[in-house]
Amino acid sequence: MTLVDHHVADLPGITLHTVETTKYKTTSLILQLKSPIVEEEVTRRALLPYVLQSGTERFPSSKELREALDSLYGATLGADLSKKGEYQVITLRIDVANEKFLSDNTPLLDKAFELLSDVLLKPAKQGNAFLSDIVQKEKRTLKQQIESIYDDKMRYANKRLIEEMFEDEPYRFNVYGSEKEVDSITPEILYDYYKKVIQEDEVHLYVVGDVSKEILKDFTAKHFVFPNAKAEPKRVASSGKRRVDEVKEIFEEQEVQQGKLHMGYRTYITYSDPEYLPLQVFNGVFGGFSHSKLFMNVREKESLAYYAASRFESHKGIIFVMSGIETNNYEKTVKIINEQLKEIQNGNISDGELEQTKAMIRNQILETVDDSTGLVEVLYHEVVSRHKRSIEEWLEGIENVTKEQVIGVSKKIELDTIYFLRGRGDE
Amino acid sequence: MEQIHFKQLKETLNCKTLENGLKVFILEKKDFNKTYATFTTNYGSVDNHFVPFGENEPVKVPDGIAHFLEHKLFEKEHGDVFQDFSKQGASANAFTTFKRTAYLFSTTGDVEKNLTTLIDFVQAPYFTEKTVEKEKGIIGQEIRMYDDNPDWRVYFGLIANMYQNHPVSIDIAGTVESIAKITKDDLYECYETFYHPSNMLLFIVGPVDAEKIMDLVEKNQAGKDYKDKPPIERFFDEEPAQPAKRKEVLNMPVQTPKCYMGYKEKRPERQGKELLLRELSVNLLLEMMFGKSTKNYEKLYNDGLIDPSFSFDYTEEQGYGFSMIGGDTSDPDAFADTISRMVEDFKKTDINPEDLERARKKKIGSFLRALNSPEFIANQFTRYEFNGMNLFDVIPTFEDLTAAHLEKALSDHFQDSQLTICQVKKKQS
Repeated sequence: MTLVDHHVADLPGITLHTVETTKYKTTSLILQLKSPIVEEEVTRRALLPYVLQSGTERFPSSKELREALDSLYGATLGADLSKKGEYQVITLRIDVANEKFLSDNTPLLDKAFELLSDVLLKPAKQGNAFLSDIVQKEKRTLKQQIESIYDDKMRYANKRLIEEMFEDEPYRFNVYGSEKEVDSITPEILYDYYKKVIQEDEVHLYVVGDVSKEILKDFTAKHFVFPNAKAEPKRVASSGKRRVDEVKEIFEEQEVQQGKLHMGYRTYITYSDPEYLPLQVFNGVFGGFSHSKLFMNVREKESLAYYAASRFESHKGIIFVMSGIETNNYEKTVKIINEQLKEIQNGNISDGELEQTKAMIRNQILETVDDSTGLVEVLYHEVVSRHKRSIEEWLEGIENVTKEQVIGVSKKIELDTIYFLRGRGDE
Repeated sequence: MEQIHFKQLKETLNCKTLENGLKVFILEKKDFNKTYATFTTNYGSVDNHFVPFGENEPVKVPDGIAHFLEHKLFEKEHGDVFQDFSKQGASANAFTTFKRTAYLFSTTGDVEKNLTTLIDFVQAPYFTEKTVEKEKGIIGQEIRMYDDNPDWRVYFGLIANMYQNHPVSIDIAGTVESIAKITKDDLYECYETFYHPSNMLLFIVGPVDAEKIMDLVEKNQAGKDYKDKPPIERFFDEEPAQPAKRKEVLNMPVQTPKCYMGYKEKRPERQGKELLLRELSVNLLLEMMFGKSTKNYEKLYNDGLIDPSFSFDYTEEQGYGFSMIGGDTSDPDAFADTISRMVEDFKKTDINPEDLERARKKKIGSFLRALNSPEFIANQFTRYEFNGMNLFDVIPTFEDLTAAHLEKALSDHFQDSQLTICQVKKKQS
């Protein structure tokens, strides 16, 4: 039995991915639009999905569109943005109840397809511009969203680390764009950019639920008709190959109770590399789990923090470490974290640690694909990296990772930047 | 073993109350890789005044002790139980709420072994002075982390505005000062009182064989010697119907101000069907007043008073209950004025049948979506069961709700005398 029944169909302008499963009581339609991160476009691209989900030709206001969704048994429409390596990805998503669980027989799925397609291809507009009141409101919301990062200290520290660490790479840009840029976007500029997106973006639609792939293909062909032949999708080479000369140390002060310590490492390994699986195991041994070296040493042995963890970005080849500590424990904590990397580089990984880590990664992958969002995230890695890796290959690959490979990977890893947000006056 | 079929949802729930009083529920989900299990005690942060097991006089314990106990239960003589789970390919966790403490794991591997680990570790406390002291540093940092979080502060600030005496107004984790007082003997006292199987519920959901799992749990429990236990006596001071405070402003170094407001329940004594009806009625009313497809939402959004962080909810448990409306806002005072005016205006008009129908559909759809999540099912089922309700009655109850039910909840719950407001404003430095 295969774990995920993933089928791919290339249609004009759009690639359809279907996963037929009886796991869920709803059907999820997830549209992914991918384009390289470009400085002049980051903020426009961030604004676009929110404008699109605010009105269509048929339902030109947010209220009308939301009423239509409510009538489809509370179908939800959502927009999101993410950075995957050198790409800025727009996600538009509709979740709709499967008719099988309802007493009424409205053709919900067909209508959900139509709505999602309208959101992307038939937005509310006037001439060659989006409706100005929609654009104006969404600009305000986007600004607020960018500002609110400051209020969540964990997110803020992460954002600052990225800005400092990638100061001359496109990856430095916040996925929501910059506050200054928002004001300069007019309904015309945004509509121009929209036309470019429809023309040039690589578009993938994922549908997960208890529906056959034939029906889904028909629905997609019927509803997703792109204006004319599309351009070849753009590709960017990862710029993550630069070496670290000297570790950058950045301090910032704010009125906080708890200091936020964030550290960025370059690994020079991404999803398509053969060393990707050993890197996953490395991250697990280092700080991915509650048995990892960071958790055990920073939290359990020294009681310095409530959390001390690491995570990696699959397409940029970066590992981030984060912990919340008392300001005056900075030196001590950094020293412990540095020691943990050295431990691994010196080969201090027990068989128990290695096996435990593999078991946890296996569990994590299997659990992730139980959830439609997680599943699509996993499948989408293949699109971003242009490298196929089935769930089975992934699981088997992890199983076969050796201690030597993990040590080998650890020796490539270099600390690049330390960012510390410290409290005021409690030195 | 009893079986309950939920025909419309195509689910079958297996259940049994064991001899020692433990309630066990198993839901087979054959398509999933993951099995999720929660072992929950009907004991949370509000239970700070009670008669300890085997004694006659009530005691008051330090704030934050239920949460502290949750942390410490993972530590055993041989080390940390987290590690046992992770060696067995499972990830474990726990959380403490006002009313409950839940221990849980999720796994795609050896369910039986992990389930045994879960039950056994919760049923074998091991506390020492030394490990209790060590935990104070870790929990201290957990408290500090939340201190810096304006969303958390404004939410709990709102609850603190409402309650004059009820311990729901105390932070679940306590304070750095209150946890400093906790000793290992306090932990044992709380443990002995609240962790008897008759006060607990085990829920397992995943690709399991219900018969086999029930058998395993039964054998495990039969091997442990639990004495019958008298009901737990918990004490709560008399709580006046009116909120403690109309308004509170917290000054924090934020960019975006926040405003949360809520109506305090006057008589939070409902249980069972009556409580379910109440919760769903008020939630439906909130949807009709402030849902994304309403005129009010449109106005609030157009006027720049709300953004996507805007949310609303109603919750009630024995002893406390409130609705809550809020989020980030550019103008917290205008937000508060507008929301309370909108509630008053809504009360003046009749329930529109079309709006009711649409809100009902929306709620049913989102409930179905929630059922995709094993975590939601286990956690919510437990909460419902402890309050005498059944999670799987939600859809039929939504279908049965009439305009008359809503009218009643509307005039009873949304009263200006019960309204309280909490804001976070930018600190001027």
